[in-house]
This record gives sequence, structure tokens and C-alpha cells, in this order.
Amino acid sequence: MARVLSAVGLDCERDDRHLFRDLSFDVASGEILHLTGPNGSGKTTLLRRLVGISSVVDGDVSWFPDSPERTAEPCEKIWYIAHRPAVTLLQSPLENMAYALALHGIQVPESVVWDALETVGLRGFEDVPSHQLSAGQQRRVALARLYLPLEPDRVRAWVLDEPLTALDIEAVDRLKVRIIDYARAGGSVIMTSHHGLDSETVRTLELGAAL
Amino acid sequence: MWQAFVRWFHKWSSPKWFYTMSQPWSFWLGWAATLIIASALVWGLMFAPVERLQGNSYRIIFIHVPSAFLSQAIYAAIAVLGLVGLVWKMKLAFFVAKQCIPVGASMALLALVTGAIWGKPTWGTWWEWDARLTSMLVLLLLYFGLWALHNAMERPESGDRAAAILALVGVVNLPIIKFSVEWWNTLHQPATLKFTEAPPMHPSMLIPFLMAIVGFYLASMAWVLMRTRLEILQRERKSRWVEDELNRFAEGQ
Amino acid sequence: MTFLPLLKSVFRREMQLAYRRRSDLANPLLFFLIVVVLFPLGVTPDMTKLADMAPGVLWVGALLANLLSLDLLFRSDYEDGSLEQMLLASLPPTSLVLCKVWVHWLVTGLPLTIMAPLLSIMLGLPGNALPLLMLTLALGTLSLSLIGSIGAALTVGLQKGGLLLTLLIMPLFVPVIIFGTGAVQAQVAGLPWQAHLAMLAAMTTGSLALSPLLTVAALRIAVGD
Repeated sequence: MARVLSAVGLDCERDDRHLFRDLSFDVASGEILHLTGPNGSGKTTLLRRLVGISSVVDGDVSWFPDSPERTAEPCEKIWYIAHRPAVTLLQSPLENMAYALALHGIQVPESVVWDALETVGLRGFEDVPSHQLSAGQQRRVALARLYLPLEPDRVRAWVLDEPLTALDIEAVDRLKVRIIDYARAGGSVIMTSHHGLDSETVRTLELGAAL
Repeated sequence: MWQAFVRWFHKWSSPKWFYTMSQPWSFWLGWAATLIIASALVWGLMFAPVERLQGNSYRIIFIHVPSAFLSQAIYAAIAVLGLVGLVWKMKLAFFVAKQCIPVGASMALLALVTGAIWGKPTWGTWWEWDARLTSMLVLLLLYFGLWALHNAMERPESGDRAAAILALVGVVNLPIIKFSVEWWNTLHQPATLKFTEAPPMHPSMLIPFLMAIVGFYLASMAWVLMRTRLEILQRERKSRWVEDELNRFAEGQ
Repeated sequence: MTFLPLLKSVFRREMQLAYRRRSDLANPLLFFLIVVVLFPLGVTPDMTKLADMAPGVLWVGALLANLLSLDLLFRSDYEDGSLEQMLLASLPPTSLVLCKVWVHWLVTGLPLTIMAPLLSIMLGLPGNALPLLMLTLALGTLSLSLIGSIGAALTVGLQKGGLLLTLLIMPLFVPVIIFGTGAVQAQVAGLPWQAHLAMLAAMTTGSLALSPLLTVAALRIAVGD
């Protein structure tokens, strides 16, 4: 299967401590890579390196290594939902979505955005300033973009940092199903979470143990 | 040829290699600088003839002018080293650039102080908004900014890169600052307070003057080398060879 | 999808945010007012002396006011994580930075420029110098927003970046102050002022070309840390 991501010889040292050393792995399309490990084992740092915004990790990362679009900066080809979910508190969920889509160069009819917000349970909150929402609801604003019905080759991978925190049980289950569906449709997911995921396509990579 | 250059470049960009090789260099540079500066000052302050217009007070140029030269040259060097560091991701260039800052700032400060001391007999006042003094003051502020930025950053690696960017902005701006200050100065200053153009120097003044400049260059290099060696030890403290080196020191004591 | 409509929606977002933070926007204007009021109290109420100093006082006041507001340029985006997304966007990050700087000028530099004539009356600046004062202030504040965005990006990751930002940016700003005040003073004195204005415009153009690149480089350092 075609590789979506190839990481070679990743090495991270923070505050005189090696978080991981000579870490190499591939992610194929349709695969879910579940990063586990105790707090402070470098999961977030690793994800940030993968999407190309961290300067504290040495080593090589290339996206789509087998195709002519090989790049180190996947930009609009991936959704990266960080620990800080990039939800601007002065803006409503709808405006936040519109901005995220504009940054990604994606244009969809507004009704599709409304549907996505409804799916994550923000119906009735579309126009409320985000600072009036609860922590879990703010999280959902960021996650709503994952429910957009985009072409499979438009966004080819999701990089999710603790997507399941602050969500209620129902929302956790819904997101797990969504992640597995996305992988089944050929997308790749790289995520950190303390929850388990049940699917035959999940591969686990444990940090902070092998040293 | 190119291959040889690349190999040479790689060798010198290794902090360990640099640390080992620079030891005799800092020693000999330091001694050469001391000797040259000492003889230039003795010659310049005691034996060079008295200047026709300014009398003995001109003798401060043997310190003032070299330090002013160096303060500008070092800023340019910081910008070049920063660019090298950013483009080739060369740690050593950043180390040297960082340790150039206090040296350059001291030179700027020395130039300002000697300028003020020179101003007292020449202009009758300690400070005059003279074009050269003003741009030297701005340069000193630029140095302070670089140092403050280094100290504010939590990770030294980020401080290196941030300061390199700031130095690049500064070096683009520096000629514009000098030009603008000169322009401003000609508009605001009565002509009588300006330095007259220096007359062609007599060899008995020129030789110690040139010696002083060379001496200041060598002294700055030696100083930067010594500071860089300490910086290397501090930043590479986790590596094996630094541990060995420090143990060697401890045993030698 | 083309570039411009996307940039338009980014611009709309920035304007919206500026509008929703409008109480922050009043602060630089009040600061400007207070500096100009304090000046005659501290120096002299003599209108002829004040008129001599007016261009300089107005310029320095406007620049400090503009500089104080620059600290917030990237801060909230850094804190909520939007900045990371901007650096990962399909749009060139330099265009996003330019957009932010442009909005900053629209909501800070432009109001300061518009306010300047009012304050210049209080300092007794001759009325014929007003158009030039406003033109130089408009160019000068734009150039400060551009150069200052580099400083704001360098200090965005720091807890107390505001004062450091001033230390980093002010020395770089010496030429702009000289040419800006010089133009106004020259006109008041009946001297040719066109050369000053041309230099000021050149400085602004130069910073327009260079500063977005350096700002993005600095933002990458702040985010990558």
C-alpha cells in the first residue's frame, strides 16, 4: 500500500533528557497510527514535528514519499488538530470553521458546514461566540472539520493530538467511528490518545518505553 | 577544490574540532594583541608628535577610532554568522555570533566613552549630538537588543535563531541609520561644532594608529575565541568529550 | 480555488476580531492624547516654543502609541493555536502576515493619523503643515507596523514581550523618525521637504518588501519552540 508518511531517525532531546532516539516509522494509507505513552513522553512534540512546525526534533520526515508530491510541509493535504485547538474565542463556531477552511483553501457550501456543526452536537450554538461555550464544546468546534464530506484525496491524513479529551461518552464514540470510517475510505490517521481504538487497522507506537 | 572547501567547512563547523584547534589560536592571538596594542599606545601616547590644531587631546584616537571600527565590524560579523547559521544550520556560527555581542557592545561603549572624553576639550562639552556619536549610540542599543533577546528566550537554540533574524534586520538598517543621522546632523548642527576633516596623517602618527587598529582586531578575535570556547563547553555539556575535558581540568587543579 | 477570495475571508476575520476587541483599540489613541497633553505641562505652555517642537512631539507620541499596541499583534493567535494553523495554511504565510499588519495599520496607524490634526492645534503647529504631517504619519505608522511585526513575532512566545519589543524595534526606527519629523519641520521652516518624504516612502516600501519574510521566519521560531 502507498505510504503517506515516512519518518526516519527522529531524535528529540529536551531539557537534557532524550524523549525518543532514532525513531523511524511509516504510515500507509488507510492506516491508523496510535501513539501512546505516559505524559511527557514526547507525543505532542512528535506530532508537531510530523506536520513540520517543530524545530526541536532532528531527523527526516517526508509526506507522500512515493508520489511526485513528496513534501516536508503537507499544508492543505492534512488536518492537524493540535492540543490548543485553534478556536478563536471571539468568533462563533461558524466563523471559526469558515476561517479554518479558508486557510486550507477549501470551499464548500455553507449548508455543509452547518451539517458538520450539527453532527458534532453544536446545533443552536452556530452563532454564539466561542468563549460562551464549554471546554468540550470548544473542542467540538475544532473537530467539526473532520465531519466534512470531502473528497478522499483532498485531505489525505489527519494528525490529531488528544482529540478525545473533554468530550462526553457519546461524542467519543462518534469520533472513534468517524476515524475508523475515514481510514476505511483510504485516509490515514496519526493520533495520540489515552483511549483505546478497536479496529484491525490500528497500529500502536509506544513512546517513552523503548529507551 | 570545492570538495576540499566543503570538507574544511565541515571540520570547522564541528564544535569539538573548533574547541581543540582554537586553544593555541586564542593564546597566540591574545599575546600578539597585547604586544601590538601596548607598543601602539606607548608610541602613540608618548612619542607621536603633538597635533597642530588639537594639541595632545587628539591622542585618544588611538583608542577611539579602533574601537569604533571594531564595534561596526563585529555587528556585520554577527549578521553574517547569523545568516550562515540560519542557512546551513551550523551551530558553531551561532555560538560565535552570540559571543561577539558582548565584545561588540564593549567596543561601542568604549568608543562612546572615549568620544565623550575627546568631546570635552574639543567641543567644550561631554556630549554633543554629533552624527558619529549618535549612530554609535544607536549601535549600542542594537547590541543591547540582541543580548536581551538571547537572554529572554528559554531555549538557547531559539535565542540563536531569533537573534540572527534581528541582526539581519539591524545590518540592513545600519547604513540607513548612519545616513539618516548624518543628514539630520547637517540640518541641525551649527557647522562650527563639527570635526574638521582629519589632515593627512604624518607617518609618525599613522603607523601607531594602524598598529592600534590591527591590535584591536586581534584582541577582539582572541576575546571572542575565548568566550566561544566557554560557550561551547556550556552548550555541549552533555557530550562525552566535554565531560572528559572537564574531568581533565578537575584533575589538573 | 483562487487566492483573492481566500485572502478576503482572512481579511474579514481580522477586521471582525479588531472590531470585537475595540476597547483595546482605544488605548493607543488615549495614550497619544495623554503624551501630547503632558508635554506642554512638562516643558512650557509657550505656544511659539511648542510649535517648534510640535512635529517631533506628535511623531514620537504616535509612534510610541503604535508600538505599544504591536505587542498584541500575534499574541492571541499564538495562545489559542491559530498561529500554528496559519503556518500550515495553503496560503503563503507572508500574505497572512501582511493581512494582519494591514489591519493593524487600519485600526491603529490610521486613527492616530486622523487624530493628529486635532492634537497639533493644541501644540500650535501651523495649519499649512497639517497635510504633510498626516501624510508622513500615515507612511511612518505603516512602516512601524511592518518593522514592528518582526519584533512582535520574535517576542510572541515570551511572557513579558512588550518592553523587549520596544527595545528591539526603537533603534531600527531612527531613520523613519528623522525623515518623518524632518519633512514636517522643513515645511514649517519654508525649506524643501520633498527629499525627506521620498526617503520616508522608500523606507516604507523597503520594509513592505522585507519584513513579511522575516516576520514569518520569526514566527516559525516562536511556534517551533
